[in-house]
Amino acid sequence: MQLHRFHGGLKLPDHKAESTVHPLLTMGVPKYLYVPLSQHIGAPTEPLVQPGDHVFKGQRISQAKDYICAHVHAPTSGRIKDIVDHPIPHPSCLSAPCIVIESDAHDQWGDTRLPAWPDWRERDARSLRERVRAAGIVGMGGAAFPTAAKLNPRAGKRIHTLVVNGAECEPYISCDDILMRTYPEAMLEGARIVAHILGAERVLFAVEDNKPEALRALTDARRAEEADFIRLVSIPSIYPTGGERQLIQVLTGREVPSTGLPADLGIVCQNTGTLKAIRDAVLHGRPLISRIVTVTGPGIREPRNVEALIGTTFADLVAAAGGYAPGVDRLVMGGPMMGFAIGDDAVPVIKGSNCLLATRVQDTPAPGPVMPCIRCGECTRVCPANLLPQQLYWFAKGKDFDSVQDYGLFDCIECGCCAHVCPSNIPLVQYYRFAKQEIWGREKERQKADLARERFEFRQLRQEREEREKAERLARKKAALARKDTDPDRKTAIDGAIERARAKKSAQSNEEAPPADRERADS
Amino acid sequence: MRFRTCTSPHLIPGHSVGGVMRQVLYALVPGTLAMTWFFGWGVLVNVSLAILFSVLFEALMVAARGRPVLATLGDSSAILAGWLFALAIPPLAPVWVLLIGTAFAIVVAKHLYGGLGYNPFNPAMVGYVVVLVSFPRELSLWPSPEGLTNASLSFLQTLQTTLTGRLPDGMEWDAITRASPLDMMRESIVSGQTVTEVTRSPLFGSFSQTEWEWAGNLFLLGGLWLLYRRVISWHIPVSMLLTLATVAGIFWVIDPDYFASPAFHVFSGAAIIGAFFIATDPVSAATTPTGRILFGAGIGLLIYVIRTWGGYPDAVAFAVLLMNMVAPTLDHYTRPRIFGHSRDGHG
Repeated sequence: MQLHRFHGGLKLPDHKAESTVHPLLTMGVPKYLYVPLSQHIGAPTEPLVQPGDHVFKGQRISQAKDYICAHVHAPTSGRIKDIVDHPIPHPSCLSAPCIVIESDAHDQWGDTRLPAWPDWRERDARSLRERVRAAGIVGMGGAAFPTAAKLNPRAGKRIHTLVVNGAECEPYISCDDILMRTYPEAMLEGARIVAHILGAERVLFAVEDNKPEALRALTDARRAEEADFIRLVSIPSIYPTGGERQLIQVLTGREVPSTGLPADLGIVCQNTGTLKAIRDAVLHGRPLISRIVTVTGPGIREPRNVEALIGTTFADLVAAAGGYAPGVDRLVMGGPMMGFAIGDDAVPVIKGSNCLLATRVQDTPAPGPVMPCIRCGECTRVCPANLLPQQLYWFAKGKDFDSVQDYGLFDCIECGCCAHVCPSNIPLVQYYRFAKQEIWGREKERQKADLARERFEFRQLRQEREEREKAERLARKKAALARKDTDPDRKTAIDGAIERARAKKSAQSNEEAPPADRERADS
Repeated sequence: MRFRTCTSPHLIPGHSVGGVMRQVLYALVPGTLAMTWFFGWGVLVNVSLAILFSVLFEALMVAARGRPVLATLGDSSAILAGWLFALAIPPLAPVWVLLIGTAFAIVVAKHLYGGLGYNPFNPAMVGYVVVLVSFPRELSLWPSPEGLTNASLSFLQTLQTTLTGRLPDGMEWDAITRASPLDMMRESIVSGQTVTEVTRSPLFGSFSQTEWEWAGNLFLLGGLWLLYRRVISWHIPVSMLLTLATVAGIFWVIDPDYFASPAFHVFSGAAIIGAFFIATDPVSAATTPTGRILFGAGIGLLIYVIRTWGGYPDAVAFAVLLMNMVAPTLDHYTRPRIFGHSRDGHG
């Protein structure tokens, strides 16, 4: 198959061997699980349980209220201990509402389990998508976008190709590698199901060439007659080839339009972990309640991959991997390029946690002092979006938000290549995130202001209209009156009435005694 | 357990400004040694003094601006500016030329515009142009290799000459200096000789005067190493030398008696060192790939124009400074097509 190149990118030391020495370890059920209400891109969920309730494994405990949202299920059976704020894996190190489950050690499914659908081929796309939604599945490559929404492209977009993203281009992370090695059958079945849902004619299963074992396992598991339908593609290991848009370019040579989606090219992209989750949900009625996490880095004694329940704390994961090595200094969720440092290992595993990286001071020394940009252009050379990062930096720093957008700020995928090669130690991606936040903030403000202005203008308009209508009504009345005055019949009638009234009055005054007399007469 | 937090990427960074500058310094060593071999100790004396002055001015300015002195000196950019400036100065130039030139380079061209990263003009070239237009006599006295061999100025004599501005007793400027190839070509053509007559002179090697050619070759070697190490990109040197050679070639084909050959232009004067070490100063050059190609081409063209029809024999410094002025404009109009955008720049 003819492969293509994307602009820039980096060859990075992959550090994947460390964590693939040991086979996948399935962790036991911890005493307490901390399940955040929001683990995905989109609106948060609403809890369906109260403290004190008993829940079964796989029971829906928090409900999606929105289209871009994903249900949350109990990873094990037990009692709801509380719904409280607990540290979550987020760059802010803030806490967010979590359902705390105290495990009853039985790990019972009860009767809440969704029915298994071994006959999924007989079912239509709509009910399969509904199943994916019911299972609370999100993109497991890290972005955690609700999968049911992604499997439902806009009307009129015919999907011909499913791209399976097994690139896993960031150093250290190996959870997809282990997944493909351990469950190649499940991967392929997942691909068949998703292709069925989308009506895709072919599957391009892309794996970076630094994972030969995974590729071999998949090749062995693939049925001979499927070779045309599911194509296994070994792609060069260049960071960030696992970015959706970069991967599509490598495989097809086509660029997803800046403001569009892969569906515009007839393509949908899914991560390998997501495929496995979809397959488990369809074949076994199992919601997304566990995932594989790579626990690795020089700060971990025995780096390895563990399958852990959602809500297991990072501290438990580290313990399962032999504990911290001496001198551990930094804990990162995700890979070294796009991951974020977390301040506390009490945070739980969530649906998007692919890797837990621990490093020592000597591996990740504190960055040197930030020097001025010397416009060396290294960032331009490595940018996969073909941007001019040094110019974006100038504009972001100068808060020139019009220019920064003009130079393509929102085409930045925040891969971190520019920051890695910057000789001046400038945290470039931070500047871009700042600029994006500011622009979104201003956009919101502007929308609010627009709404307020519209309301005000409408009110003014309405008042003016009411004034006008009132004036018109008056004018009409006056006109009607004037018309009445000139009406000859009416005039005689009125004159007659006045005449009568006058006559009556004069008659009365003749009859009536003076008031004083009358008073006297009364008394 | 609690941890420090820190922004991504969580890897050891690959480069530093100081590291980049120091690689450029290493790349200057072979060419500088060749110049010392041909033109005597004066080259090394100039380089050492100019670096000393530059670093002193840099320290003073950084201190005056209230910035951390040692951290700033660590970026080695002042050393580089001083070194490049010194290579442009005749080896026996008096010390005050070095002092005035480095003062303009570091104090005016660099720090008054905001220091490293903010200077619109190449500091070393600003310093050079200031002394070139102010002290034309001192800047034209290039020693000739054989003149030096006959007179054999020792290191101490050279230092003395530089510091006092006077040659040791019994030596004459006329005896030890001669016109540089560009000067020679210019004057000969003005006086009616043909290009071939000039280059047939025993002083000339393949393309230019032997010593200039050799210094050029070794600067070229350093430049290629910088390209290999990816410290500089190919755009500026390639487009600059190619444009210079092409324009020279066109005129040379038209009238080879009156216009010197492309090879003569590339291997004379500061063309090579300019292409790899001066025009590639990232701060004052264009920064987009296409912009850099145009930037280099502009320099090449201006060098030819000024050398051939201008008032100065060499033109690298003027050409670089003139193109520095248009670098922001070039950057503005040569933005690369962003991924996922159509050619006209819209999504």
